[in-house]
Amino acid sequence: MQNSSFPEGDFRAPVPVLAPGQGYRSITDKLTSIVFTKNTPAAWFAFVGVGFMLVMGLMLALTNLLLKGIGIWGNNIPVGWAFDIINFVWWIGIGHAGTLISAILLLFKQDWRMSISRSAEAMTIFAVICAALFPIFHTGRPWLAIYWLLPYPNTMTLWPNFRSPLIWDVFAVSTYATVSVVFWYTGLIPDLATFRDRAKHPVVARIYGVLALGWRGSAKHWYRYENASLLLAGLSAPLVLSVHTVVSFDFAVAVLPGWHATIFPPYFVAGAVYAGFAMVLTLLIPLRVMFHLENQITMHHIENMAKVMLVTGLIVVYGYGCEAFFAWYSGNSYERFMMINRTWSGPMAWSYWMLLVCNLIVPQLMWSKRFRRKIPVIFTVCMFVNVGMWLERFVIIVTSLHRDFIPSSWAMYYPTRWDFITLFGTIGLFLTLMFLFVRVLPMIAIFELRTLLPDAKPKASAAGDGGSH
Amino acid sequence: MSHAATTPERYGLLAEFDSPQTLLDAAHAVQRAGYTKTDAFSPMPIHGLAEALGFEEHLIPKIVLGAGILGLIAGYGLEYWTQVIAFPENIGGRPYHAWVAFIPPAYETTILFAALSCFFSLILLCGLPKPYHPVFNHPRFSTASADKFFLVIEATDPKFSMDATKTFLDGLGAKETVAVDE
Repeated sequence: MQNSSFPEGDFRAPVPVLAPGQGYRSITDKLTSIVFTKNTPAAWFAFVGVGFMLVMGLMLALTNLLLKGIGIWGNNIPVGWAFDIINFVWWIGIGHAGTLISAILLLFKQDWRMSISRSAEAMTIFAVICAALFPIFHTGRPWLAIYWLLPYPNTMTLWPNFRSPLIWDVFAVSTYATVSVVFWYTGLIPDLATFRDRAKHPVVARIYGVLALGWRGSAKHWYRYENASLLLAGLSAPLVLSVHTVVSFDFAVAVLPGWHATIFPPYFVAGAVYAGFAMVLTLLIPLRVMFHLENQITMHHIENMAKVMLVTGLIVVYGYGCEAFFAWYSGNSYERFMMINRTWSGPMAWSYWMLLVCNLIVPQLMWSKRFRRKIPVIFTVCMFVNVGMWLERFVIIVTSLHRDFIPSSWAMYYPTRWDFITLFGTIGLFLTLMFLFVRVLPMIAIFELRTLLPDAKPKASAAGDGGSH
Repeated sequence: MSHAATTPERYGLLAEFDSPQTLLDAAHAVQRAGYTKTDAFSPMPIHGLAEALGFEEHLIPKIVLGAGILGLIAGYGLEYWTQVIAFPENIGGRPYHAWVAFIPPAYETTILFAALSCFFSLILLCGLPKPYHPVFNHPRFSTASADKFFLVIEATDPKFSMDATKTFLDGLGAKETVAVDE
């Protein structure tokens, strides 16, 4: 959209996505130098170091779990689901921003997505890995999870129950993981070819060469490539909406007050995008400084992401309003009790008010253009949102379960240290994978940024067919 | 492999351009001049370039549609067969053929099959993986993935003639035209 039809300085003219003064060579040099350098920033080692220590904690927690069983976690009847499913939903939700940015914004022709889509897609994959750990290890015996979860002909001729939302989850999440990897790798191929051609060390060039599959940038290949990218985006968009919808069915299909609500699917999807954009900003703000990417990830990008976060945050708050309204308007005494217990009389009411501070009050700062352009403010707001979205799942899952229909089945829930070690362990795994990714693969889609340069969209010659884009 | 006796065959003439505009104009000119065995190389997609070389193909969307329908049938068929035929179980009094509950997994398998077919049809139609290709013999071809633009006319083209084609390409504003071998 560089060839704007508006005169220069007209307010209707679109904001340039890239900082001016860049060319094909400078963009390529800048983005390949992040990987082909001997001067890794010290901060990178700090992040990977902290991440890797937490991964060691995760290993310890999971080993202990396999030795002793899931009794080391705090969840027990009536709170049969706690950190394991809270963290699962939290991580899956975080992943959704990646697909939203790369698929839905592609279909809407939002050029600003190009600078952030690759790292957001990588974030999706790593978040899904972290998410998948929880239900798999909650089975206690993950080596048996294969026949509990996947329909394959086994000697007992048993099959999963397809009338249960939990098996829908298996299909949704495994499809999501597969399609995300395929979409991400398709996007990587042309940039891997750039890496292959610019690697100095023959072994490194060979590795990138194998991964690039011999891509040579042929016009015919690009033609198919654009076709396929558009189709993959078109397939990913309904997929990403379905994944959190199915995750919300895990709750909405149950009869428990606080779970049994028709607002759940859209409210969960909006919450996922909200959490995801907060996490993208949380990661990109340090990476942008660390690798000096201010010309590629401009304030325009950060402001746009803050706006998406504000809008989806308001949809989430609308969801909170709906839950409260349904509880009152249904006239159902169990539903009304659930809401009073959640907000006022229950022992975990504090979590609901903390949630409102994190997800309702603090993000309102993003209405102000001044704050949307202040990196420390945005980063702080994102941290609140990250915590807030975790608390939202805590409120929905734990406070609904610990006070259900019959007072005799009420009980308190307390997480154990192993719950916390596992949660922070997956955060470490996520950080480690993310920072290893930026160091070995192109974290920004180089070929897409090239299409944003002023001369990248040539006009068909007068004698030609005249029908380009 | 003896090096003495074999002379590699000529693959074609590879012309280098500086900008997408000169490459696209050259592609139109090459097409008008009647060359058919041609290709262009660029570090990013250029709209209209493949069409300018007379390339048109609508295969991938059809393959993806077919695979999607197959995925839907496979997913729904798996559910129907396992829940109704292979091992019918009464769980909570729900019907064996609970078609509403069968929608989410069938929806996911539809997307899974379609997305995988999209990726594999892209790779296979492009003839990838292809670690060796004659254009890589051009000493400056590595810049085609950074900032330079190339156009090739293959030696097997019926109109190809070493001298005339080279003069023709040079006249289109090529910075340099190099013959590459197979």
